[in-house]
Amino acid sequence: MSSLQSLDIAARSATTTATPDARHNIPQVAKLIDVSSCIGCKACQVACMEWNDLRDDVGSCHGTYDNPVDLTPQSWTVMKFSEVEVTPGRLEWLIRKDGCMHCEDPGCLKACPAPGAIVKYANGIVDFISENCIGCGYCVKGCPFDVPRISTKDNKAYKCSLCADRVAVNQAPACAKACPTGAIRFGSKEDMLEYGGGRVAELKTRGYEKAAVYDPPGVSGTHVVYVLQHGDKPELYANLPKNPSISPMVALWKGLAKPVALATMIGAALVGFFHHMKMGPLEVPERDEEYVPDDQPNVVGVEDGSRTHVRDA
Amino acid sequence: MKKLYIQRYTDNQRINHWLVVVLFGLAGFSGLALFHPNLFFLTQFFGGPQWTRIVHPYFGIGVFLLFLLMFIGFWAANTWKRRDTEWLKASPELVLHDDEEKMPPVGKYNAGQKLVFWSMTLCLLVLLVTGLLFWQAWFAESVPIALQRVAVVLHALAAFIMSLTAVVHIYAAIWVKGTLRAMTQGNVSAGWAKRHHLLWYRDKMEGAQRDIQAERL
Repeated sequence: MSSLQSLDIAARSATTTATPDARHNIPQVAKLIDVSSCIGCKACQVACMEWNDLRDDVGSCHGTYDNPVDLTPQSWTVMKFSEVEVTPGRLEWLIRKDGCMHCEDPGCLKACPAPGAIVKYANGIVDFISENCIGCGYCVKGCPFDVPRISTKDNKAYKCSLCADRVAVNQAPACAKACPTGAIRFGSKEDMLEYGGGRVAELKTRGYEKAAVYDPPGVSGTHVVYVLQHGDKPELYANLPKNPSISPMVALWKGLAKPVALATMIGAALVGFFHHMKMGPLEVPERDEEYVPDDQPNVVGVEDGSRTHVRDA
Repeated sequence: MKKLYIQRYTDNQRINHWLVVVLFGLAGFSGLALFHPNLFFLTQFFGGPQWTRIVHPYFGIGVFLLFLLMFIGFWAANTWKRRDTEWLKASPELVLHDDEEKMPPVGKYNAGQKLVFWSMTLCLLVLLVTGLLFWQAWFAESVPIALQRVAVVLHALAAFIMSLTAVVHIYAAIWVKGTLRAMTQGNVSAGWAKRHHLLWYRDKMEGAQRDIQAERL
């Protein structure tokens, strides 16, 4: 995606100054994925391929319906099938559409060293601006969900853009458009949470006591939210993290360490400068015995086989 | 009357040192460009942002390999002795008051120089290992992300300590007059050697005397 009007950019990678703040009241969007209504047909995967014009290589299968087996630079969403027995003897087939969660506090954006390679639009969508991407892979370290994929062909990072281009012209993301069961919905985050709450209430009447909307507070919420039958055990759903947040390592590296380290390095050079201003150089006083007569060699060599000379005592 | 000089470094040692300096600078500034956004402009000195990402690791490997050569030549003279601890204890007097009178005599390197040497060695080792772990073009895909996160922090920390070490190293060379010529011309004045490295000076002079005696026989 190319950059949209910068007034709609709320956060920009590797940018230490404020982003434009002239526009307000831009509604927060969200995509709701209701796992309990998903039939695993993969229409969303196909729609994603078609809209974004992606064609992944034919891969291999690892004994499940996951195809491809994981996100790739050419597959921005992948259905993950998990066979679990939450209650013994009762098989459940949980199908989660994996992809970018569009964090309100995006770890990828925090880690990214390239100005403007990752932006968060005012509506909450996190997007990779490929022309600014340098292919360093820092976003991979920053992401709590292991979503970004770096292409070995062009050294760019790729992930779901929440169809920022479609949303910009009032279209729902391609996956939501294609979903035949209404498991994927798109709208304002407020509306999606309200709808999700209704789904959770309905699931509870069907015996899923722990049903919940997955909107993890560790990343200040996400703009992709799930309805989970087992909200207390998100890890059942192909290892969806229970309490995702930006790693403290990444927070330290791209938070406190940046200004402190830079200031200290500059400070060290200044300390040297002012030490010199105050103390002056350390000089060696001249002495007569440091001289040899003009007709004699005046360099004492080292152990490299060179001749050694010294003034006669 | 000519001034008497003692050779401190061979031509090869000096070439080695300055090659390390050049690559250290390239690796350092390309790394800083990716460390702090306000220094991202440094990428234009390396052919742009994408090129900076490409070349930085190779500069780093270059620094490591060239330093390895230097390490082989210098490590023995940098082993820590009891007198180094004493010198270190007395060093505030030297730094804060430019007073060298109370400093214990030292050999080829004083405790400060040895600390610079070992700091560089340790930091370069950490930088090499951690850098390889998250080198996207070659290895990062097969390294667990949790480990990479530790690696990036340690990489930045080691680079930071190494930068401070470089500042100390460079300033010491400016501060102590007559030092720089050791690395530019390979020798130091007898007075410099006697004053700053008395034991090394004696050693060199005795050696020279012995050589002359041997020639006469």
